[in-house]
Amino acid sequence: MTRKRDERARDRAMTGVFMAATVLTIGLLVYIVVYILQKGLHVVTPAFLLESPTEMGRAGGIYPAIIGTIAVTGLAILIAAPVGVATAVFLTEYTHESAVSRLIRFGTENLAGIPSIIFGLFGFLFFVIYLDLGWSIISGALTLAAMILPTIVRTSEEAIRAVPTAYREISYALGSTRWQTVTGAVLPSAVPGIVTGIILAVGRGIGETAAVIFTAGASLGIPASIFDPVRTLPVHFYILAREGISMENAYGTAAVLIVVILLINIGAYWAMNRFAAKSNV
Amino acid sequence: MRFKEKVIEKLLLVTALSAIGVLALIIIFIFKEGSPIMVKVGIPHFILGEKWSPSKGIFGILPMIVGSIWVTVGALVVGLPLGLGCAIFLAEMAPARAGMVLKPAVELLAGIPSVVYGFIGLVVLVPFIRNVLGGPGFSVLASAIVLGIMILPTITSISFDALKAVPKAYRDGMLALGATRWQTIRMVLLPAAKPGIVAAVILGMGRAIGETMAVIMVAGNATIIPTSILAPVRTLTSNIALEMGYAAGDHRQALFATGVILFVIIAILNLLARWVAAGRVSE
Amino acid sequence: MGNKVISPGEAGVAQAGQAQDGQPGFSRGMVGISNARGAGTNQAPPDIKVSIRELRFYYGKLEALKGITMDIRKNELLTIMGPSGSGKTTLLRSLNRLGDLIAGTSVSGQVLVDGKDIYGPGVDVAELRRRIGMVFALPVVLPMSIYDNVAYGPRKRGIKRRALLDEIVEQALRAAILWDEVKDRLRDHAGRLSGGQQQRLSIARVLAVQPEIIMLDEPTSGLDPISTLRIEELLHELVERYTVILVTHNPLQAARVGGDVAFFLLGELVERAPAGVIFTSPRDKRTEDYITGKFG
Ligand SMILES: Nc1ncnc2c1ncn2[C@@H]1O[C@H](COP(=O)(O)OP(=O)(O)O)[C@@H](O)[C@H]1O
Ligand SMILES: [Mg+2]
Repeated sequence: MTRKRDERARDRAMTGVFMAATVLTIGLLVYIVVYILQKGLHVVTPAFLLESPTEMGRAGGIYPAIIGTIAVTGLAILIAAPVGVATAVFLTEYTHESAVSRLIRFGTENLAGIPSIIFGLFGFLFFVIYLDLGWSIISGALTLAAMILPTIVRTSEEAIRAVPTAYREISYALGSTRWQTVTGAVLPSAVPGIVTGIILAVGRGIGETAAVIFTAGASLGIPASIFDPVRTLPVHFYILAREGISMENAYGTAAVLIVVILLINIGAYWAMNRFAAKSNV
Repeated sequence: MRFKEKVIEKLLLVTALSAIGVLALIIIFIFKEGSPIMVKVGIPHFILGEKWSPSKGIFGILPMIVGSIWVTVGALVVGLPLGLGCAIFLAEMAPARAGMVLKPAVELLAGIPSVVYGFIGLVVLVPFIRNVLGGPGFSVLASAIVLGIMILPTITSISFDALKAVPKAYRDGMLALGATRWQTIRMVLLPAAKPGIVAAVILGMGRAIGETMAVIMVAGNATIIPTSILAPVRTLTSNIALEMGYAAGDHRQALFATGVILFVIIAILNLLARWVAAGRVSE
Repeated sequence: MGNKVISPGEAGVAQAGQAQDGQPGFSRGMVGISNARGAGTNQAPPDIKVSIRELRFYYGKLEALKGITMDIRKNELLTIMGPSGSGKTTLLRSLNRLGDLIAGTSVSGQVLVDGKDIYGPGVDVAELRRRIGMVFALPVVLPMSIYDNVAYGPRKRGIKRRALLDEIVEQALRAAILWDEVKDRLRDHAGRLSGGQQQRLSIARVLAVQPEIIMLDEPTSGLDPISTLRIEELLHELVERYTVILVTHNPLQAARVGGDVAFFLLGELVERAPAGVIFTSPRDKRTEDYITGKFG
């Protein structure tokens, strides 16, 4: 009898502990977001977004860093998305479990575990020096593309595998070739899931510092081509904050980053739910 | 038509091999650049050397290895109970609708850029530690807390999946016997989900040991082996990022060699994770 | 027989590639069919459409078809009857080589369609599948409009012209006795149709690629009695123009539909006879047990 009561008290206590852990975690998230927005949002004016910095960023805006971020992340996605989706299509539609598929999986899984600083080192050695692309948008984008590739492969693969086998069978049974089946019956249903993955990859790319700082450079100029160096938002933020150039502008830059990241994650969440809703028709 | 199909198939195959290709390139280039200096200094001297003094040509990275281990273990001490607690609450206790909102919120933590974590650590945590606990504030402790928070989403998300994967019958059986929820969790669910949780821990370690920008901002980065959790510390990753900007010659090679060591540690962790995921730890 | 794993890339594409030898250009379309007709018209008499010889089908080590030998005549309505797990679906999948898509499967024996072995070298698998249409057990529509479902096959065969597509879609829907019900809402999502309508849409989808043989795998298993009757009536219209193979586990349906009935059990063809004969005087005890409901 008392044992049972003890157990019940313990159950309640542990429920409280686990709830506290969750509240604390969510609280941390809210704290970080609110803290940055509170300190930084008032700095963010149209001028802050659209003007170039002066005195190394002590004054002026963050326009070149915005351009740099869009250029590097955008180009990285343009490279990684087709490669990632093609990899997923190959793994799901063109091969069963085989030595080749295991090799490909080994590659993507291990790539996913490599820290971004190693990508930075590699990008510097390979793209900047060896291929002589210099600190540039293209070097940064290629490095970032390699880094986000596993995310895109994994999410695309999940989305493609979730497409009912029946769609494929119908298509094949009508005399469609493999590629026709992929484009006609499989990919259309997988698009929302693939898009969700790409959006998440964009978020990762936008926030990345270590892989980009040694490959895209830290220049505050406005690039004229993809072979020019740029500075991305997180790199700019890092330099402002660490070198104590301007806390004010650091907070402003961080606020911009946080808002963008929030929007991207909400977008991904929305795309995913749309996907779930649509597949119930 | 058939020709086109064949071409497409080959193109897809070649594209799909790019991940393994990039992996190979990374290994080749990092090792090629990093190994000569290790051979020159001698691998034992490099790994076990306690002095890092690039201007004098002395390259010992033991302080950084120890530093990485300290902060990674610290991150686990902070992140594991919190992350596992979250996972248990979300998987087993929270109403389904609350879980639908809370889990993405926890995962949103993974979306926040590491420089932002570092910055918050710098402006909030470091002064707090300095004022309340003493020392410079830039410390093992500050790094461990920041990293612990950063690995929360990894640990929560993977443990959550592991808990959810436990067959419902186990749960129902226990509850039908009159066990409380906590008894069910402790006696059935956690043991059954153990391989997944261990994998979560290993992956969390991988994230912590590989994190760079956040640690740089709160660790203090002194190249000495820390003797207390309030002492400053430099990790392998910070060592690379701090000095890459200006290093040349042997010094630069030594940074790539630091990368090699980091890479090897990560590879071992990955192997462990795979091994665990294959279910070989359950017994 | 070794476990020859048919990887999709090889089974479909590689063999198909050989057929290309010596064929300059790869004009899409009818290359395969002319091949199939042109090549050696073995022993088969002209009114035999499909000739199955010692066909064995394996899922890994599991032998799902244990040496089937059977002929199917042109414009015949053949019913394959048998309990679940007897290999009916597997037989259909091996006739249009849909089984190639499943990992770890292998085949031995021969299937001659118009005298040409469909597992032989130089077969255009996609073209073979077009000629041998298949309707699946559960009605499944592609997640697109009614029109696009029917136009799916023709479009993949390169038909782009709107007027022609319109005509094909209308004809196929008429032939599947669905036109009157959907002609005003061709742009609606096909998922809004009822189960019976979806199944007739599946049939229209197959008819739109002008097959020679139509195989229906338990097409009424998910349908109400009225929808079932409509499909059964439809079968009699189809058999005027196509060779029709119906799969059912239901002896009553086999009896209603008429034609020849082939009774399958555990991957074997137990016996085959006209419906009138098999239901009144089955030769094999197992057939008798099945149709009298002793098992299955
Ligand atoms: N994809 C598959 N993988 C492995 N075995 C299968 C597969 N499909 C069918 N089988 C097996 O093959 C045998 C015949 O199945 P099937 O042809 O589906 O029978 P039916 O259509 O008469 O119900 C059964 O024993 C079944 O379990
Ligand atoms: Mg079946």
